[in-house]
Amino acid sequence: MNVKRMVLSLACMLLLSSATWALPLTVASSEVNSEKTSVGSQASGASGGGLVDASVSWPSRDQVVRVLTLHDYNTRIVVLGVTGLGAAGAVIGSFMLLRKRALMGDALSHATLPGIAGTFILLTSLGYNGKNLYALLIGAALSGIAGVLCILLIRRVSRIKEDAALGIVLSVFFGFGICLLSVVQKMEAGSSAGLSSFIYGKTASMVAQDAWLICISAGLIVIACGALFKELSLLCFDQGYAASLGWPVLLLDVVLMSLVTLVTVVGLQAVGLILVIAMLIIPPAAARFWTHHLRWMMFVGVLVGALSGWLGASLSALVPRLPAGAIIVLVAASIFLLSMVFGKANGMLVRGMRRWRLSVSIRRQHLLRAMYEWHELDGEHEAGVHVRELLKLRSWTRSLLSQSLKRAQKESLVYCGSHRRWNLTEQGQIQASRICRNHRLWEMYLIQYADIAPSHVDRDADQIEHVLGEPMVRKLEKLLAQKLAEQIPPSPHVLVTGEDQP
Amino acid sequence: MPRTLYKHGPIPGQPPQPVATGEEHPANMPLSIHDMTVAYHRKPVLWDVDLDVPQGKLVGIIGPNGAGKSTLIKAILDLVPKASGRVLIYGKPYKSQRQLVGYVPQRESVDWDFPVNALDVVTMGRYGKIGWFKPIGKAHKEAAMEALQRVGMASYAHRQISQLSGGQQQRVFLARALAQDAQIYFMDEPFAGVDAATEKAIVNILHDLRNNGRTVLVVHHDLQTVSQYFDHLVMLNMRIVASGPTSEVFTEQNLQHTYGGRLTLLDEAANAMAAQGKS
Repeated sequence: MNVKRMVLSLACMLLLSSATWALPLTVASSEVNSEKTSVGSQASGASGGGLVDASVSWPSRDQVVRVLTLHDYNTRIVVLGVTGLGAAGAVIGSFMLLRKRALMGDALSHATLPGIAGTFILLTSLGYNGKNLYALLIGAALSGIAGVLCILLIRRVSRIKEDAALGIVLSVFFGFGICLLSVVQKMEAGSSAGLSSFIYGKTASMVAQDAWLICISAGLIVIACGALFKELSLLCFDQGYAASLGWPVLLLDVVLMSLVTLVTVVGLQAVGLILVIAMLIIPPAAARFWTHHLRWMMFVGVLVGALSGWLGASLSALVPRLPAGAIIVLVAASIFLLSMVFGKANGMLVRGMRRWRLSVSIRRQHLLRAMYEWHELDGEHEAGVHVRELLKLRSWTRSLLSQSLKRAQKESLVYCGSHRRWNLTEQGQIQASRICRNHRLWEMYLIQYADIAPSHVDRDADQIEHVLGEPMVRKLEKLLAQKLAEQIPPSPHVLVTGEDQP
Repeated sequence: MPRTLYKHGPIPGQPPQPVATGEEHPANMPLSIHDMTVAYHRKPVLWDVDLDVPQGKLVGIIGPNGAGKSTLIKAILDLVPKASGRVLIYGKPYKSQRQLVGYVPQRESVDWDFPVNALDVVTMGRYGKIGWFKPIGKAHKEAAMEALQRVGMASYAHRQISQLSGGQQQRVFLARALAQDAQIYFMDEPFAGVDAATEKAIVNILHDLRNNGRTVLVVHHDLQTVSQYFDHLVMLNMRIVASGPTSEVFTEQNLQHTYGGRLTLLDEAANAMAAQGKS
């Protein structure tokens, strides 16, 4: 997984969502929000003055319980809708992410705007109700698809690359949509008010029809992805191979894109066309940190998507003036951040721990070998070695050395004898001789087969000895005709004690 | 009979029955290319390729960078469009002979961070036999496991593919092609970036395939090992310089023609055609 790409998209999400938050347009939706969730007593405080009134009144425990247990009908509708959207977005988003087409969804959602405004203009001028939801969504889907086709067309007829084509189509279609919206506003004052809710979403005023539309689409998407699971995963992993097997790559891409269009269009109402891409990218990206299996990645992604939908909708229902779409995205982003740090498969913490454990074990091995070689030179096993003398053997700092000594002491590999001189325990002796042996076998191999000078070989072997497995040691023994299998060969170079060094 | 992707041709895995009219008949020829030209953005990369590959041979494809070795394979497999010419696999177009063909793409062509394990990747080799919408049955999983075993990767079956070394990844790709159980294999640089042990293991598998009557075409880079690995050779530099038994065509003179300086006029003509396409 390309972590850089994910972090980048996350940053974009955060920027976008905070920008949306600050825009006065969202005030409208939050007012509806407070009415709908029947938090009446607080609405009076909030309705005062748009952005000037910055006070937020916190909900009581009773309200929290009411919202979280889906006590009110409206809350139930909203939560059902966004949870379904989160789940569906995660399923299809996983494929988009792996197909490296995540941003295509963004271009698609932005390209829906001219379709929405255009359909409205067309319907009204023909004398029909311009706000017919299904007509608007069909218009949105058509212009979204047109946007995607434009990207493909630009890529094919010119040498402009996909990212530039995406940028062009996204901004031009959105700009065109904004123009059409202004036409709508001039055309018939007042009646166009609902259209801008497609841009930022109107989660809180979702009605049952919207929620059902989302859930049915989500069901369709899950069924389609389940049926085409192996085909789509093959397409995403290795397109050329899929084509060589005879799978219709183009058709599969069209199916994938159609499903993305479906989830985007039904999600427009819930989170708005600017933020709907978040529901496609963030949940699967977060899920990737938890698992290496595509099926599990989808499952975790669905959980993340549904959870952020539910939490985000509940939060915005509780606190007046919190725009639901943006809150859902921010909740998803928080889960993403947590996954990035704590994720079981790829998280930063896990990887950091792995590195730390490796470096601890390397330091222990260095310590044991240094002590072994000291004794070997000294001949006096009983006397032990002082920290000062050990310090001179390698370029290690005093604090790291004493840390390693303490850790080795805890593992009863070394003990501190009289006059603060350190000695290897019996077990330490066994480990140290094995390490030393591997090190020297590798040194001999380098000298004999790689023509490396004996004076340089110590450092090179240093890198390798920690990763030498049993089979490799056996091979080395065979190669070097090391007949005395369990014995430790003498060092092929002059061992350096502290006294010889400047 | 279960519905599979393949609607035509013989039963998958079964070699086509020889046609009585003798060795040279195209239906007995695993691969026969006639006058094929391939162009990218109107710039020709392969000119007028004529090539016949006999049954049961291990064939090396060599040539300098940019000679069109990968393109040759991709054009045979319909992955890039042909400007002209035709390709026959056992006497029929590729479209109806897919079940006879196995493919190992270049290792770098995919993202190895993809969330699947080695066994999943090898199972992809069976997808053509499984067909649309159907889940992967136990028999196919076993076939995939067997293929992994053949390349010595059975103990890595459940390892995520990003945790495999380059050589191991290459073996997984090879196992995927083996799982296809094909008659003719096309391999794009299977030795690129692999360790010596893996190279040896792969060569052994290739020889096994050949000894079992399969035909194998391999894009290769290392001239040192050519005569050791391959019994048939295709020397390529934008057109076929020579093709035939290695002992006959792997000569100083042919090498000179293949590697010694590009054909400047051919290059120039290609660039001119590309420029024309741009204007």
